[in-house]
Amino acid sequence: MDITTKNPDTTPPAAPEPPTAEQKRAARGATRPGDRIFLGLSRGSGILLLAVMAAIAIFLTYRAVLAISEDEGNFLTTFEWNTNLNPPSFGIAVLAFGTIVSSIVAMVIAVPVAVAIALFLTHYAPRRLSGPISYVIDLLAAVPSIVYGLWGALILVPNMNGLFGWLNDYLGWTGIFSWEEGAPRSMLTVGILLAIMILPVITNVSREVFRQTPRMNEEAALALGATRWEVVRIAVLPFGRSGVISASMLGLGRALGETMAVATVLSPSFLIQASLLDPGGGTFAQNIAAKFGEANEFGRDALIASGLVLFVITLLVNGAARAIIARRAEYSGANA
Amino acid sequence: MAKRIDVSGLSAYYGSFRAIEDISMTVEPRSVTAFIGPSGCGKSTFLRTLNRMHEVTPGGRVDGKVMLDDENLYGAGVDPVAVRREVGMVFQRPNPFPTMSVYDNVAAGLRLNGSYKKSELSDVVEKSLKGANLWNEVKDRLNKPGSGLSGGQQQRLCIARAIAVEPNVLLMDEPCSALDPISTLAIEDLIGELKERFTIVIVTHNMQQAARVSDRTAFFNLAAVGQPGKLIEIDDTERIFSNPSVQATEDYISGRFG
Repeated sequence: MDITTKNPDTTPPAAPEPPTAEQKRAARGATRPGDRIFLGLSRGSGILLLAVMAAIAIFLTYRAVLAISEDEGNFLTTFEWNTNLNPPSFGIAVLAFGTIVSSIVAMVIAVPVAVAIALFLTHYAPRRLSGPISYVIDLLAAVPSIVYGLWGALILVPNMNGLFGWLNDYLGWTGIFSWEEGAPRSMLTVGILLAIMILPVITNVSREVFRQTPRMNEEAALALGATRWEVVRIAVLPFGRSGVISASMLGLGRALGETMAVATVLSPSFLIQASLLDPGGGTFAQNIAAKFGEANEFGRDALIASGLVLFVITLLVNGAARAIIARRAEYSGANA
Repeated sequence: MAKRIDVSGLSAYYGSFRAIEDISMTVEPRSVTAFIGPSGCGKSTFLRTLNRMHEVTPGGRVDGKVMLDDENLYGAGVDPVAVRREVGMVFQRPNPFPTMSVYDNVAAGLRLNGSYKKSELSDVVEKSLKGANLWNEVKDRLNKPGSGLSGGQQQRLCIARAIAVEPNVLLMDEPCSALDPISTLAIEDLIGELKERFTIVIVTHNMQQAARVSDRTAFFNLAAVGQPGKLIEIDDTERIFSNPSVQATEDYISGRFG
């Protein structure tokens, strides 16, 4: 709508005059008190949010820089966390490795299962069945993470020996699945637990995306003589691809930051090892939870610094996911 | 290639609602048969029973017989997937796969049917796009998304996709109703060419279109809303539009109702 065109017959719409301040005010319409109060409230909330975020970021960065500048070791590559020494020596290498490895394990297990469940609910299950199953999955999402942690420590860990032994027997030669008979409080157990925790969010988002597959695309596939699985493969999955990536990123975000469940199950140590089965390693969140209570002022600053790194990793992961989605945007189906 | 369709005593249901009742007709090979009639008379439903797409709708069910030459599509042990590979379909709104390129859209049906060599596949894609009068417009953008084409081009792409698998019958459900007059003309010309190779059945709301493209015309009607649709008569198009044998047909085509 071109508000500056007073007379459409004489003013060419291609070259409108710049609106005067008065016209701009007129275009905004009459200003009523209610409008102004609501505008102030919503704008104020927006600004407040930004201000709070900025304050947190500045505070965290300041404390982190304080700690890192005193660090005797290299903050990125040191394999220990001794903040009480003089001079202190600590680094995030083990935490970054453990966080990423446990999250990858969780994703490798959870994403295929979640996509399969979502497809089953939207395209295979009879309606009588899909309702109750969706409800159970929602319940999984509502369980507090400390409960998962307790279940993991009391039920999962004591029952992992069989699986670990089997993996060691058949895949031990890879190094990744070798096991030296320690308690199975290891990255694989953590990854399995995380997979169960992130399953609901990935399933729910994928289900909504698959449900929105245009009916006409599915019919196009059917009319070509596609079986039910082929319809899923050529119409449903490509359509839902970017949604599944977004869903996975939501899940990954939770896996990267999960604290209590990891802290309860993992037997931590400051070393990097290839084996997923041997106990040891650590994650950012687990390390903070384990050390924060006993840390002095300086130790807390160091933990804050590690938290900032986790934040940066999460940002990078989200950016990568957005890039993947954007790269195929012209095929997304949004322009169909 | 082209096969005769022989329908006898066919009724189709949505749940307990009977949408069409007791339809019998013969569709000759290498001809165009148009279905006309007011909205809700069941012509689209009937069309979808001819490639077993009706039963894809929840509650969809069919009684009766559809013979394709000497094979009953609803016979025991007939796989609906196999039926749909033999009876192609073009829909009301162009529906190319949005995630696929022009090339992949045309190749989609072939890839479902089995493995092809790359050169074989390119040959079929080119032949099908030429058959759909689309080749010259898209030959330089085969790897671009199919959804980037214009509406009329998309619909011809869908036709190319349908004929790429060399079906015996081609069903078209109001293929021009979402298109502008120029694109409509292109599709109508194409139908005239395709009938040399395929048996074509087209549902249309546009009586001039039926008169222009079809050899035979079937008129469907329903007694009242909530009643099942019925086939009133089927005859040579010329006869239907000049001297139909049923009064209701004449009323409809002369614009007295519907």
